Amino acid sequence: MTWIFENWERFWEVTEVHLRLSVVPVLIGFVLAIPLGWWASRSQTARAILFPFANILFTIPSIALIVITPVLLGVKILDEINVIVPLAVYTLALMIRSVADALSAVPGNVVAAANAMGFRPLRRFLTVDFPLALPVTIAGLRVATMSNISMVSVGALVGLGGYGQLFTEGYQTDHTEKVLAGLIGTVVLAVLADGLLLLIGRLLTPWARAGR
Amino acid sequence: MGGWLFDPAHWSGTTGIPVRLAEHLGYTLLTLLIAAVIAIPLGAFVGHTGKGGFVIVGLSNALRALPTTAVLILVVLWAGLGDFPVYVALVLLAIPPIMAGTYAGVRAVDPVTVDAARGVGMRESGVLLQVEIPNALPLIYGGFRGAALQVVATATIAAYTGAGGLGRLVFDGLALQEFGQMLAGAVLVALLAVLVDLGFAGLQRLTVSPGLRPVGTGGKR
Repeated sequence: MTWIFENWERFWEVTEVHLRLSVVPVLIGFVLAIPLGWWASRSQTARAILFPFANILFTIPSIALIVITPVLLGVKILDEINVIVPLAVYTLALMIRSVADALSAVPGNVVAAANAMGFRPLRRFLTVDFPLALPVTIAGLRVATMSNISMVSVGALVGLGGYGQLFTEGYQTDHTEKVLAGLIGTVVLAVLADGLLLLIGRLLTPWARAGR
Repeated sequence: MGGWLFDPAHWSGTTGIPVRLAEHLGYTLLTLLIAAVIAIPLGAFVGHTGKGGFVIVGLSNALRALPTTAVLILVVLWAGLGDFPVYVALVLLAIPPIMAGTYAGVRAVDPVTVDAARGVGMRESGVLLQVEIPNALPLIYGGFRGAALQVVATATIAAYTGAGGLGRLVFDGLALQEFGQMLAGAVLVALLAVLVDLGFAGLQRLTVSPGLRPVGTGGKR
């Protein structure tokens, strides 16, 4: 623990990078997963294409995806995009299923009622289907955020930033405290992010607690 | 791009692809065995008694947040290089999904079934071993297969501290700036993951009672 306080500036710097590298991919992956998940919730064909594809994406190890991305995108190996793209891909793979499951679970009578009241498709999606799908969606988002925060560190094995840098530097200089500092940082960040998402979920779905 | 992978020279010798595959599979299977021996009894016990469920859920979540790289490096710094740190890091990775799956599976067994088992005079151990666990198997396999996928993918990192496995191709390729080798490592890990999952899917079909298979297709279970 003392390492963290003695090197606060450095610790804060890697925290910022780590946070950026884990949050940005979650946002990108989530935004892309909404239309794809919606498609998968409505069409068997979409499911048959998207779900196996998502499963295969998951089996590619993060370190492999991180080293292949620069070659595929034609960027330098030390570009942050090399962590952002793979993690966004994992988030997308996870969230397609979450969003699809969440939307499929919206009660049919609610949808029928909204249709009967004259809601047009887009408005119905934004004000009825999507809010009702939020609890399951946010549960998926919590898993994605958690695994992203833990996976960012893998980028350090090829020289990218975040807490993983403390791991590799600690390994090379036989400095246990430094590795522990990164480990503590990762766990604290994961717990905070998880709590925040839990809170957002509760605030956005007040009806989930009503009448209990 | 596939040149490295299909070069016969890379398929023989003590550092050839078959050896790396075998090492990788070895890490994966032994890790899963150790993790299952720890996680299934714990999850089943807590699921059966209904006590301490929050501890299991909290513990699995906390373990999930642990970065495997850090655990691997810490154990290497403490205990030295070798396979031991690899197993510690991978077992810690595999425990949460298996334990959560077992716990959820045992909890989800229909209470009517459990009562019936008690009613016909089964002891508690019989209720757990002959009724709850067989009924929980689909969810236990779910957690176990999830863990297997993660372990196959993450065992790649073992090579960072000099251990074997397919990660050698990725890290050696990175050091030599040899893209073909890195790609070969990535593709082989993904293939191995698919094969391991197929293997466990087959095992699941053989060991799970046909009465527990989802009825029809496309419907909700």
